[in-house]
Amino acid sequence: MRREPPQNIGDYAPLLFPAAMLTVFFVVPFGTMIAVSFFQRQQGGFYMPAFVFDNYGRFLSAFFGGVLGFSLMLAIAVAICCVVLALPFTYLLTRTARSVQVIWLVALLSVLSLSEVIIGFAWSTLFSRTAGITNVLVALGFMGEAKALTPSFGAVLTGMVYQALPYTVLVLFPALVRLDPTLTEAARTLGASPIKAFFTVVVPALRNTITATLIMVFIFALGSYLLPQLLGRPQHWTLSVLITDQAIYQSNMPFAAAMAVFLVLVTLGLVALTVIAGRRGEAA
Amino acid sequence: MNINSIRRRTLLGAGLAGAAALAMPAVLRAQDRSLKVGVYGGYFKDSFDKNIFPEFTKATGIAVESVAEPTGEAWLVQLEQAARAGQAPADVSMMSQVAMLKGQATELWTPIDMTKIKDASNLLDRFINKYPDGRVAGVGAVSWYITLVTNTNVYKEPPTSWAALWDPANADKLGLLALVSNSFLLEVTAKTFMGGTNALDSEEGVLKAFEKLAEVKPNVRLWYRDEAQFEQALKSGEIPMGQYYHDVTGLAAADGHPVRSTFPKEGGIQDSGCWALSRASQKVEEAHIFIDYMCQPAIQATLSRKVGTAPTVKRESTDLTDKEFAAVSSDIEPIIPRYDLYQTKSDWLNQKWTELIVG
Repeated sequence: MRREPPQNIGDYAPLLFPAAMLTVFFVVPFGTMIAVSFFQRQQGGFYMPAFVFDNYGRFLSAFFGGVLGFSLMLAIAVAICCVVLALPFTYLLTRTARSVQVIWLVALLSVLSLSEVIIGFAWSTLFSRTAGITNVLVALGFMGEAKALTPSFGAVLTGMVYQALPYTVLVLFPALVRLDPTLTEAARTLGASPIKAFFTVVVPALRNTITATLIMVFIFALGSYLLPQLLGRPQHWTLSVLITDQAIYQSNMPFAAAMAVFLVLVTLGLVALTVIAGRRGEAA
Repeated sequence: MNINSIRRRTLLGAGLAGAAALAMPAVLRAQDRSLKVGVYGGYFKDSFDKNIFPEFTKATGIAVESVAEPTGEAWLVQLEQAARAGQAPADVSMMSQVAMLKGQATELWTPIDMTKIKDASNLLDRFINKYPDGRVAGVGAVSWYITLVTNTNVYKEPPTSWAALWDPANADKLGLLALVSNSFLLEVTAKTFMGGTNALDSEEGVLKAFEKLAEVKPNVRLWYRDEAQFEQALKSGEIPMGQYYHDVTGLAAADGHPVRSTFPKEGGIQDSGCWALSRASQKVEEAHIFIDYMCQPAIQATLSRKVGTAPTVKRESTDLTDKEFAAVSSDIEPIIPRYDLYQTKSDWLNQKWTELIVG
């Protein structure tokens, strides 16, 4: 197939469709949200078009700063856990027979079909005192008496990692399949153990993929609002939970929009920092 | 080829129409007149679909399409957004009092003409929701109680007072509603420890109630938004005490689950739902016929028997026996929520509340 740079305006036509989709489903809603975030809240009612900074002013407090900090920390923790678990798993998966790969991938895809609600309720049962896994440990004699493992930070983290892990594997899988096997073979021939070869050859070769995966899981986890409610205490509620509260229960759209815009800006900032840091690292 | 594809499409369309008709039996029977009615989804809606709406259609010839609405103010936001676009996802909706007041602020509710409601005189005054200028915004649909509920396996004796929530012996055992405007815990605190809900008149009073309420925090295992989450935990004994709806708890107990609902000596929290008509709805006449029908003492009695709600009409007008009335209500004077606060101070209350439970 020949590849030529576009010669005239007509050659750009195929771009119109994605551009229109992006405009309709992203630019317009996001623009509306930014506009609403400057609207005037009417207490006990809804909102009026205006241009005020009150909504942002209310957000800039130690309280919301703390919630934002926790949300970011939680999302980073989920991203790191997912990549640490998924990278060796996917690497080993790519080296198994085709049929085994298919079975694993189908199993992972079936996890994706579960809704967040089902995942949340399933884990809260598994972590409960009356029907949870601690009962098994008691039966086996490892524990004195059954206890509840939820609500806790560990429960929230487990639920969110469980939810994000299939995505992580599916993102890593193509890159690992394409990884040139001669690289590790060369390392092995030169005397590296399989584990050493994995850390000194596979991981550095996939540095960009790993960074991209971390960012993807981070953003995915940042939007989570159901699992922190189902599995955590109020101090484990993310900013998304408070945004939902404001939008749905307090009918305070301007404040919810302001919080959401702030969250998006902070996220974009962090992603940009990561990308810049990655470039620096490559240049060095 | 062309003809074939048309045929396929026609078939497909007919199939879809058939499936849709099967999925909505109410519409299948539809006469010329119809009404979309929003009621809380789940048990409530099922009960209305089974016990109330078919009879209404039989009596009036107006088909009802019931719409499952989410609890709290989520539905209000949807109705408001839709009304701005001239749409009504439901003509008549059952709305909580806080939502009624918020809807009033934007003139969301079409005023109800009380001369068209034959049984208006039987309605208890506190269940008629009025605009500040006296127009009627909503008419009492049902009322219900939030009470102190316990798991009978864990608590052999029922608690007698809301003060049980503060008892250090109940550490990590409570399930409470997560929002200031649906848990009404400020009112409970004021009635239990501060002599009544009038203590909330001043900002200092509210702050004192918040301070007292903060002492409950170590006892709370779950602040729930989703009722199913707490109900399941209460039945299993995972979270053996909390605040919950009297009607649903009674039904769960009747099904054999080890749960009970107790009216504490300070009273249960009485909340109510109004029938309200969206300003975007064109079905003003049908809506009045519907509201008139629902206000009949006989229908209110049926609701008490089948749904477990308390009547919004005078008790004497119904044929409920003492036992039936006691099952859905109590002689103990109820705690009436301070709805006015949630309108005039809603943002401040919400901020303080969130800081209290999250902080």
